[in-house]
Amino acid sequence: MTDPNFGSKRLVVGAHYGLRDWLSQRVTAVLMAIFTIVLVVQVLFGAKLGYERWAQIFSAQWMKVLTFVVIVSLAYHAWVGIRDVWMDYVKPVGVRLALQVATIAWLVGCCGWAVQVLWRL
Amino acid sequence: MTALSMADQSQTRPVYRNIHVTQIVSYRLPPAGIVSIGHRISGVLMFLLLPFVVWLFDVSVTSEVSYGRFTSAFSAGLWIFPAWIVKLVTLGLIWAYLHHFCAGLRHLWMDATHAVTKEFGKVSALVTLGVSLLLTVALGFKLFV
Repeated sequence: MTDPNFGSKRLVVGAHYGLRDWLSQRVTAVLMAIFTIVLVVQVLFGAKLGYERWAQIFSAQWMKVLTFVVIVSLAYHAWVGIRDVWMDYVKPVGVRLALQVATIAWLVGCCGWAVQVLWRL
Repeated sequence: MTALSMADQSQTRPVYRNIHVTQIVSYRLPPAGIVSIGHRISGVLMFLLLPFVVWLFDVSVTSEVSYGRFTSAFSAGLWIFPAWIVKLVTLGLIWAYLHHFCAGLRHLWMDATHAVTKEFGKVSALVTLGVSLLLTVALGFKLFV
């Protein structure tokens, strides 16, 4: 290791700081946008919408995979966004930490529930 | 201008550091500012209503019987909430999704094309507000009428 970037050697200044958040926010957004378009197309150009058709859309294996990817993307996207909201408006460190932990619990909980629904289809 | 009157002026000049909650109503935001705060509000709204969305997903796809519970939420109500509240909350979600979607596309477009002119900022903000509100009204009609 010629260029260590951890511990006291960790690079904590310079550019590319928010790049990872910025990029992940956009990548997850594009995935969700694609999912939205794919779903809308299937709803608009398919059999008449009722339980049969609706369940059929999500039971296709490729749609399950895409939906799973979108559920995880949504959780990550929402985490970055809500964390930014807490960082903007909540200054006391303890309260902020508590809200961030609650946010993670909320998102992971919803994520697990959605995956469970998807998996038993 | 004498040094004395300059000092007088600097003492009476109002200083705004952070916007206080009570000042929000007197702020007149440009269209891009409305889109921006709308993006945030819609994001938080969807985050808070996420369990409701997952519930809708759950009952709508799980079985024929649960699908009945899905449709009855909009006709007979859900838990302690009458149907009109369920519909109103859903309409709020529809607006939030559409606004967040359009404002997000605007972000992506600006990132990809480096469209940073003042004029583009204004026009694209108005388009974002217009498209999301029109679609919300259209889907609201489907939901309520």
